[in-house]
Amino acid sequence: MSRENAQMVEDKSVDIEEENIARKERLFAIARWTLPSLMMVLFICGWQAYVTIAQVPHYILPSPLLIAKTLVADWSLLWPAMLMTGRLTVLALLFAVIGGLAIAVSFTQSKLVEMAMFPYAVILQVTPVVAIAPLLQVYVDNAFVAALLCAWIVAFFPILSNTTIGLKSTDHNLEDLFTIYGATRWQRLRYLSAPSALPYFLGGLKIAGGLALIGAVVAEFVIGRAGTGLGLASTLLEASYRFNFGRLYAALILISVMGVAIFGLMSLISHLCLYRWHESALKRE
Amino acid sequence: MTVNRAPLRERPELLKMSHIEKTFRGDVVALKDMNLTVNQGDFISLLGPSGCGKSTALRLVAGLMRPTNGVIEWSGGQGEGDLGVVFQEPTLMPWAKVKDNVWLPYRLRGKSYFEVKDEVLQTLKLVGLERFQNAYPRELSGGMKMRVAIARAMVTKPRLILMDEPFAALDEISRHKLNNDLLALRDAVGCTVIFVTHSVFESVFLSDRIVVMAARPGRVIRELNVEAPYPRTEEFRTSADYAAFAREASDALHQAMEVAV
Ligand SMILES: Nc1ncnc2c1ncn2[C@@H]1O[C@H](COP(=O)(O)OP(=O)(O)O)[C@@H](O)[C@H]1O
Ligand SMILES: [Mg+2]
Repeated sequence: MSRENAQMVEDKSVDIEEENIARKERLFAIARWTLPSLMMVLFICGWQAYVTIAQVPHYILPSPLLIAKTLVADWSLLWPAMLMTGRLTVLALLFAVIGGLAIAVSFTQSKLVEMAMFPYAVILQVTPVVAIAPLLQVYVDNAFVAALLCAWIVAFFPILSNTTIGLKSTDHNLEDLFTIYGATRWQRLRYLSAPSALPYFLGGLKIAGGLALIGAVVAEFVIGRAGTGLGLASTLLEASYRFNFGRLYAALILISVMGVAIFGLMSLISHLCLYRWHESALKRE
Repeated sequence: MTVNRAPLRERPELLKMSHIEKTFRGDVVALKDMNLTVNQGDFISLLGPSGCGKSTALRLVAGLMRPTNGVIEWSGGQGEGDLGVVFQEPTLMPWAKVKDNVWLPYRLRGKSYFEVKDEVLQTLKLVGLERFQNAYPRELSGGMKMRVAIARAMVTKPRLILMDEPFAALDEISRHKLNNDLLALRDAVGCTVIFVTHSVFESVFLSDRIVVMAARPGRVIRELNVEAPYPRTEEFRTSADYAAFAREASDALHQAMEVAV
């Protein structure tokens, strides 16, 4: 009888433990969204309270309410600006993907090409783009192309370097298997190197998305509205000249919304490509 | 399950390694004067201490590298799809479903999945993984992954299959099960096998020829035949014959290790 009792006690304690774990998980699932939202609300309320109580002039720090009002009032101006910046960013990212992939593949197909070109890719990357942008403006007649080039330079490197590493990180035994089965160069790239490189490429894409936006903003700042039309960054700059801080903050918020959206989209793409097979998407119990 | 396999001494020759020498970086002598004739239908175990050149011998046969000296000759030449390989790791493509992993050897020969679907599914059935054809490798246990690797090696019905310590990383129960299944598969496909192992018991249970190798330099020092009929079952594992063969192989292995010192 006593043994049976002990058994029951044990079962119960296991149950309680399981329940505790489950409760903790439920709590975390809720907190993951509510906590940051709560932080945001607190922050905005604090900001509003500070501006109101300390009577901070709007040309020094606009209140959240004023920013929200400006966002609505200036929407007809901000929305096209956002589209403009978005177009520049997306195009730069697209070309960064195409260029980064093409160069990475050429690197892995020919060691000599890699030796000849890789140092210059690095130099292009480590030289601050703000310093290159004015030159681009001088040498490239079409200002939009200059802006695009500026954003491209920043965005393509993580794709290039990540994909290059990925293409080289194939399993040696699988390589041997492909050799034994007489795979062609193309088959090797298509069925072995490319899938091996996919997680690395997607990691690079996440970084490149953010960098493309930064590149676009820098291009707008330096090259100005001549080439890009009135984008969010040029709007922001002009608003600052006019001490229109409501609009400045509205543009700033939209830029970070774009950044978050790009990051979210890239994460989603990455998840969709990898969740079935890659370890990074594996849920541990 | 009776198979027409010629008696050991009457089998036609499949492959011959003559006076093989393999030196790495000019001074590491992995193999020296290795001679081995592989006949059709043989199940050969290469048994030897680690570092005696077993893997090197397999890689030479697989054509992954060239011998420094000596020749490897296939009677009638080596044709497309004559060779299947299983490594110590399952070496599956993690991004491909089980059936696509098994399709690989055909795919690299330009065959669409549709053309070879029957072969792929039939081979998966033979290894007992038909139900898992749409699973990804990470969803499988170690033993199941190894079965997929074996299915991939056998799907083209190659003449020769090379296996490099395929079950070394598995637990004893899975290994016994896979040993049994491997023999059944071999009979179904009708191929010749060269199986590298450092387990005396595994080599006796599986093979009809045990080739004992010694290290420094790697070479064959002893060959012994396990003249017990197939199919071999769990009863064979506990029989007196099995114990006698195991003792003989074990002695040969000890001898190989002494020679090396
Ligand atoms: N690629 C290589 N380069 C240099 N030495 C090697 C290489 N492959 C194997 N060796 C050497 O050859 C010998 C035999 O190796 P291996 O065939 O792997 O032995 P086994 O499979 O029997 O353990 C070892 O001494 C090993 O260090
Ligand atoms: Mg080895």
